[in-house]
Amino acid sequence: MQPDRSHNKHQWQTRLALLCGLLLALAACDGQPWNRPYSAADAARNIYYASFSERPNHLDPAQSYSSNEVLFTGQIYEPPLQYHYLKRPYELIPLTATAVPQARYLDEQGNSLPEDTPTGQIAFSEYDIHILPGIHYQPHPAFARDAQGNLLYGHLTAADLDGIHTLGDFSATGSRELVAADYVYQIKRLAHPKLHSPIFGLMSEYIAGLEDYAATLEQAWVKLAAEQGQGVYLDLSGYPLEGVQELDRYSYRIRIHGKYPQLLYWLAMPFFAPVPAEVDAFYAQAGMSERNITLDWYPVGTGPYMLTINNPNRQMVMERNPNFHGENYPQQGEPSDRAAGLLDDAGKPLPFIDRIVFSLEKEDIPYWNKFLQGYYDSSGITSDSFDQAISIGAGGEVSLTDAMQQQGIQLNTAVATSISYTGFNMLDPVVGGFSENARKLRQAISIAIDTEEYISIFLNGRGIPAQGMIPPGIFGYVEGAAGINSVMYDVTPQGPRRKPIEEARRLLAEAGYPDGRDVETGKPLVLNFDTAAVGPDAKARLDWLTKQFAKLDLQLVIRATDYNRFQDKMLKGTAQIFQWGWNADYPDPENFLFLLYGPNSKVGKNGENAANYTNPDFDRLFEQVKSMENSPQRARLIEQMTAIARQDAPWVWGLFPKQFSLHHAWYKNAKPNLMANNGLKYKRIEPELRARLQASWNRPVLWPLYAFVLMLLAVILPALVGYRRRQRQTAVPGAH
Amino acid sequence: MFAYIVRRVAYAIPILIGVNVLTFYLFFVVNSPDDMARLHLGMKHVTAEAIEKWKVDHGYDKPLLLNSAADGVSQLTDTIFFEKSVKLFAFDFGFSDDGRDISYDISQRMLPSLAIAIPALLVGLLANISFAMLMAFFRGTYVDVSGVILCVILMSISGMFYIIGGQFLLAKLFRLMPISGYAGGFDGIKFIILPVLIGVISGIGSGSRWYRTFFLEEAGKDFVRTARAKGLSESLVMFRHVLRNAMIPIVTGVVVVLPLLFMGSLLTESFFSIPGLGSYTIDAINKQDFAVVRVMVFLGSVLYIVGLILVDITYTIVDPRVRLS
Repeated sequence: MQPDRSHNKHQWQTRLALLCGLLLALAACDGQPWNRPYSAADAARNIYYASFSERPNHLDPAQSYSSNEVLFTGQIYEPPLQYHYLKRPYELIPLTATAVPQARYLDEQGNSLPEDTPTGQIAFSEYDIHILPGIHYQPHPAFARDAQGNLLYGHLTAADLDGIHTLGDFSATGSRELVAADYVYQIKRLAHPKLHSPIFGLMSEYIAGLEDYAATLEQAWVKLAAEQGQGVYLDLSGYPLEGVQELDRYSYRIRIHGKYPQLLYWLAMPFFAPVPAEVDAFYAQAGMSERNITLDWYPVGTGPYMLTINNPNRQMVMERNPNFHGENYPQQGEPSDRAAGLLDDAGKPLPFIDRIVFSLEKEDIPYWNKFLQGYYDSSGITSDSFDQAISIGAGGEVSLTDAMQQQGIQLNTAVATSISYTGFNMLDPVVGGFSENARKLRQAISIAIDTEEYISIFLNGRGIPAQGMIPPGIFGYVEGAAGINSVMYDVTPQGPRRKPIEEARRLLAEAGYPDGRDVETGKPLVLNFDTAAVGPDAKARLDWLTKQFAKLDLQLVIRATDYNRFQDKMLKGTAQIFQWGWNADYPDPENFLFLLYGPNSKVGKNGENAANYTNPDFDRLFEQVKSMENSPQRARLIEQMTAIARQDAPWVWGLFPKQFSLHHAWYKNAKPNLMANNGLKYKRIEPELRARLQASWNRPVLWPLYAFVLMLLAVILPALVGYRRRQRQTAVPGAH
Repeated sequence: MFAYIVRRVAYAIPILIGVNVLTFYLFFVVNSPDDMARLHLGMKHVTAEAIEKWKVDHGYDKPLLLNSAADGVSQLTDTIFFEKSVKLFAFDFGFSDDGRDISYDISQRMLPSLAIAIPALLVGLLANISFAMLMAFFRGTYVDVSGVILCVILMSISGMFYIIGGQFLLAKLFRLMPISGYAGGFDGIKFIILPVLIGVISGIGSGSRWYRTFFLEEAGKDFVRTARAKGLSESLVMFRHVLRNAMIPIVTGVVVVLPLLFMGSLLTESFFSIPGLGSYTIDAINKQDFAVVRVMVFLGSVLYIVGLILVDITYTIVDPRVRLS
């Protein structure tokens, strides 16, 4: 019997080895990399793969504001205007509108005023917006109708909703033409009592009657809720809004108080995209929100893409909208665009990509590695991966590393329309105020904090020192020597050079703190830096900042707290020195200058002027500048404002961050456009090239598997031998 | 036993109330309703009126624990704590602060957590027991000593290192599986292999050492000596007598963690982008979504209590000497 058992065992082991080999061969025979995180069937399809790190909070156009939200809403919703994809400076062009609307100015009685009427005399501005006919919404159950033309899902009962868990569970869909009433309806939604639109406060200052309208809706809502309980639908069509009017099927009018040319920029944001009343009514039905079927989860638009899978815990998928009205790739751009291949697709119909897959990727390391494996088409650069991706030459020139170039990866850089600065609380008795001493103290500190060094150490060179409030690319930014902040820099033929520390010491002495000590008390000057930053990265930055103050023999106390307490301090004005930032809503200098406008202070006004800077001269100029069209006169006034702010030094000015982005060779038409939310329709993928390169970069390495099996055998076999020996062992050695 | 279980369930109620009070207190020490409103409304253009309105709409406009402006019982009931907590005990989880049905979200996220946790537990158990048995079988030899040293080394490495190292070696360098991601059904197997493997390897050190001590303890007992004296082979002694008796603490140790498998692993789910309940909790904390945080803490406490009751019941099953009274 023994030989048979041994033979059987041998046979079994051979079969197992064969089976393992067969499984490995089967896994490899479809030619797809083993580490491919997507379906093999999609390998050569026209799909764009990207990631998101955090679930978007809102997809309702009245609420979505963050960049991770407009990434989706920007492709789905179509406001009347958009930014030209290629032209710089940023230029507004029509999207669903027939033309960019022109303002008509009116006096209190509603009489027309000439275009050159001084701002103070303009009581109202009116914009008539005409939209293109023939635009249709994406397929959606809210539009589905029965044979008699009635809405199929307009009056759902609890029984109708049995078995309905997602929007896709509704079997029928429909569509209808986009009309002006949909735009009017959405503007009314900004005042809806349950939506908490983030721009309601701002817009109620401008859109005529919006504030009162909100009060009317609130009352109506309370009444309806008392009557109906569940499934309350407040039909805004029944409540007219003074400042927004439907003129005809394809035209509507917005009336605003005074003059506010920046309204046009808002008309390029999803806040002003259309929402049909029947969609709002559909989602408001009883039982829908309990199933998470809301407009906030399932957006409905006319744009090039529609959201077909919304599982933000894993994946969000947008697909080509079959009803998209069509649009062509721009035929004009900047002079360099043609050489860069950005006009190769000029005149071709949009969008190019069929499907967009966003996968949840919470951590930087897997995200970056998947980009290198070709599973994401484009990527930003994190601090951890910077050295792997970018090499900086002796002269500071930026280029890709050899490894990146070998993979055909390309780099795009752009100065962000953002500013990051260190601010002084102007209400603080030591660093704040407008006394000459306080001003000189702030100027001295501004010189001592070496922003160039900060950018080099902590940002890998990804930023440019700010000379004023307005970043490059925005009207009012002054290039060259004329734009240099002479309070902090000396102008040299090589460019701006930070003033020497001796100059800062001189200013400090004049401020009453020679060698960092109060001239009256002899005590060292101790300043406080309030921050919510924690962790090793933050510690390095804070240590660096402390050293900058130490250059002037000033002691800096880091008052670290959690973010909420920090916000609280800022709102109450109890912080002393802090860091803050601003990301522009639109490319107009007003959106940066208002950061130092007195009535926009953080304390008491809850505004964005975090330094609580209030200079009457600056404020007066701002009120002039904010409603002016771009002109040499406006540029001059902005220069005056900048000069005032530089002298007062409420900020250390900080930096304008530079955005670095990478993309693979198969990803086309990648041009950074920091204002356009709807940029995905211009992008093109070459899926065959991607599939080929992915396959060549991701061939599985099998020797570790074999080595592992051998290692396992090396462990198991001696153990088996030992086991057998023990089994045969006798209590008395040598006995049988 | 029934009376015992009823009594344990009754004991659980004050514990859950205590956990709820503590969660509430800790959450609102760090976050005020104003902070929550500001975060949910976005950081730009948020007016004081909008904050007040958000608080009213979400029930955060009342006093936290005690309403001194109210009379009688309303002093306790007309508070954020009471209104947000009382429904939990009926397992009515309500809506998150951004309007999502929490019960539905939990049901959706439970499966991915289990998809990782159950295979990791089973495979880990098998690996730990096998390795521990190997060491116990060869106790006192170089196999045992090397095994213990290996266990100590494995225990000394941080969980993060296993994850990053595993992703780097197996997914990036050897390209054997995806670095991260998740899919349902059979497509999901390739995503599960790596986190399960890492879960198993990272747990072998502590698990095997722990189980080895159980085996050695049992191996030194009189009944084992008797079994040997009867002339039973070492394998029979180990598998029939030692293993079976050592399984009592092992099984009870496993049973206590069974309910908690639903809660997922925070680190693994984050690094592998697995949409489970661990990442759900972390997201809620980051977003200051008190509605979700309180539910997840409550659920965790309930599951832990259930686990402990199950352990007691398991004891009576695996060890006939134990009686619940």
